[in-house]
Amino acid sequence: MTTATLPDTHADRGRGTWIRRNRQMLAPILFLAPGVLFFLLYVIFPIVESFQISFYRWDGLGEPQFIGLENYGELGSDPAFETSLWNNLKWLVLYLLAIPGGLFIALFLNQTVTGIRIYKSLFFFPFVISQVVVGLVFTWFYDPTFGLLNTMLEAIGLGPVNVLGDPRLATYGIILAGLWPQVAYCMILYLTGLNAVDPEQVEAARLDGAKGWRMLWFVIIPQLRPATFIAFGVTIIGALRSFDLISIMTNGGPFGSTRVLSFYMFEKALGEYGFRMGYGAAIAVVLFLIMLVFIAYFLWSMWRDEREARKG
Amino acid sequence: MTTPSTPLAAALALSTALAAAPALSQDSALSGTLTIFSDMSNPAPRAVMEDMAARFDEMHPDLEVELTIIDREAYKTQIRNFLTANPPDVANWYAANRMRPYVAAGLFEDVSDLWAEPEIAENLASTKGAMTLDGKQWGVPYTYYQWGVYYREDIHEDLGLEEPETWEELKANCQALLDSGRKCFAIGTKFLWTAGGWFDYINMRTHGYDFHMALTNGEVEWTDPRVRETFANWRELIDMGAFIDNHQSYSWQEALPFMVNGEAAAYLMGNFAVAPLREAGLGDDQLDFYQFPAINPDVEMAEDAPTDTFHIPAGADNKEAAREFLRFVVSADNQTRINAGDALGQLPVNSAASIDDDEMLRQGFEMLSENSPGGIAQFFDRDAPAEMASVAMEGFQEFMVFPDNLDAILDRLETARQRIY
Repeated sequence: MTTATLPDTHADRGRGTWIRRNRQMLAPILFLAPGVLFFLLYVIFPIVESFQISFYRWDGLGEPQFIGLENYGELGSDPAFETSLWNNLKWLVLYLLAIPGGLFIALFLNQTVTGIRIYKSLFFFPFVISQVVVGLVFTWFYDPTFGLLNTMLEAIGLGPVNVLGDPRLATYGIILAGLWPQVAYCMILYLTGLNAVDPEQVEAARLDGAKGWRMLWFVIIPQLRPATFIAFGVTIIGALRSFDLISIMTNGGPFGSTRVLSFYMFEKALGEYGFRMGYGAAIAVVLFLIMLVFIAYFLWSMWRDEREARKG
Repeated sequence: MTTPSTPLAAALALSTALAAAPALSQDSALSGTLTIFSDMSNPAPRAVMEDMAARFDEMHPDLEVELTIIDREAYKTQIRNFLTANPPDVANWYAANRMRPYVAAGLFEDVSDLWAEPEIAENLASTKGAMTLDGKQWGVPYTYYQWGVYYREDIHEDLGLEEPETWEELKANCQALLDSGRKCFAIGTKFLWTAGGWFDYINMRTHGYDFHMALTNGEVEWTDPRVRETFANWRELIDMGAFIDNHQSYSWQEALPFMVNGEAAAYLMGNFAVAPLREAGLGDDQLDFYQFPAINPDVEMAEDAPTDTFHIPAGADNKEAAREFLRFVVSADNQTRINAGDALGQLPVNSAASIDDDEMLRQGFEMLSENSPGGIAQFFDRDAPAEMASVAMEGFQEFMVFPDNLDAILDRLETARQRIY
């Protein structure tokens, strides 16, 4: 900007000076270019393409045929889509239990006892193992004939339950399996957050007679706001893109009762009996719009925080 | 998933060089490269495929055979990519309606000319129907296998039960088994298709092959009273408690232990179930086979016998060599060799080939060649279009768990039928 005051003397020096003059602006553009380019190519472009494909009937092989909003019309009367939508909602609501769960384990582990690092690692362990393994472990746990769950139920005199084979229970069974690693994830976020809690404020609150729940609610949790924000974000996204556990544990069954949008989209577009690209894309668009609500909220609240921080 | 291709020619160059002189005198010396993409990735089929490629390579010294074996499940999605982007000269697939997407998109070569040759026309007549779409043939079969009831011979003997020949006998046997504290049939419906086998058989035995084909071709409404009759027959078994509990939680392999442990006495399955059952320790005196019994005596018996195939992609470079390879695959000698008990252990498609001396294969071959006058179906998910198959098989699974939901299921299938066909 400062060079702009002397335009005449620099103008006859040719291109080199143009670069020099605009260096302030060019440098960030150049540094951003690779990231922006890949973001456009691998994120924005596929989104636009999905919107476009959702207006076509296409099996991935022949010529796509434009059918307007017919795919969306069919979604409206598709019971499997409705089930998937409801299941997504269940996932969204119940998955959020990971946040208080993680918080309480973090509070519990946030103390100085010999070997606390080992306990922390043990609690963090489920997040390290692959979702596929978590799915398999829980499938065996729930197994109606030799699973641990039924062995335990039998011991206290309750009848066998086929969690994953019962359309009313299966989704909850999978969400529970998903919560196991997700709680661990939230716990780690809160453990780091607790390190940043100001001990002076805690001291001050104590002098004022705060303790127990009031201390937690009015002093600790407000200071954990950044951790809560991230935990909320990753849990919402995690719930909406749940796929691997469903694929491993029930394969969408029994009779499609555990499908969620992402799984249904995969089945319709890429599964063995699928290849309805247009219909799959329409499901993807709906899922994207749902995610957009949350993403917009997060962006907005980040922007608001930043603005406040700048003011302060 | 993908294994690196095997340039067999390099390894065989020396041996073929010695035999080259007489071979060159043939008028149709093939040259160039023949690329084969195969889904025969399980150990035994893989060895068969590699052996076939090596022998064909040896027979044609100027031709280099490049074989790529792809994981069988991954192949089902990869075929769509390579047929359009990078077609090989020969590729594996399945018969009947499973071919339709590729035939409709013009990705498979019409090989009716091969089927007009007397050698193939005469010896492969039984599978011609399965390879025909729109009046033309689109590939050749290389193996097929029977479906039927594999049962615990020893348990049946203990209870004094005979192989059933009618529906009444089947139910009576089943009642006896239930009374002895066992289940009649093992099944695992987690991946749905196993329920399709039961529907195939009960529907074909109730109304015959032609009705079954009309239904899978979308010509009959799913709410038709005849379809309800099929489900009513099926329901008789379900209400008896004939099937193992919680079958919706198991794959077909996970349901095998019920049969091995004697908790269930029989299994309606394809012949591929025999190998794991024998490996699990069931001997020849414990395992036997019977044809699914008649339900309606006026209906001719028809069987499921899924056929696996070879095709030439329309975009292949070396179609001449590919045709020669297809001739080689179906030739009587090769058929005898690859379907032998120590190779694929299935049935040869060439009627001039001989069948391995295996108890199950022999019975299966007799059944298919002499006792299946109604016709030979491929299997529900190969006869019906993919989309219909997935919706329907999900309905079958639901029916097996909640038979009372039948009306809702049939309405759903009918809606799907009207949209798909």
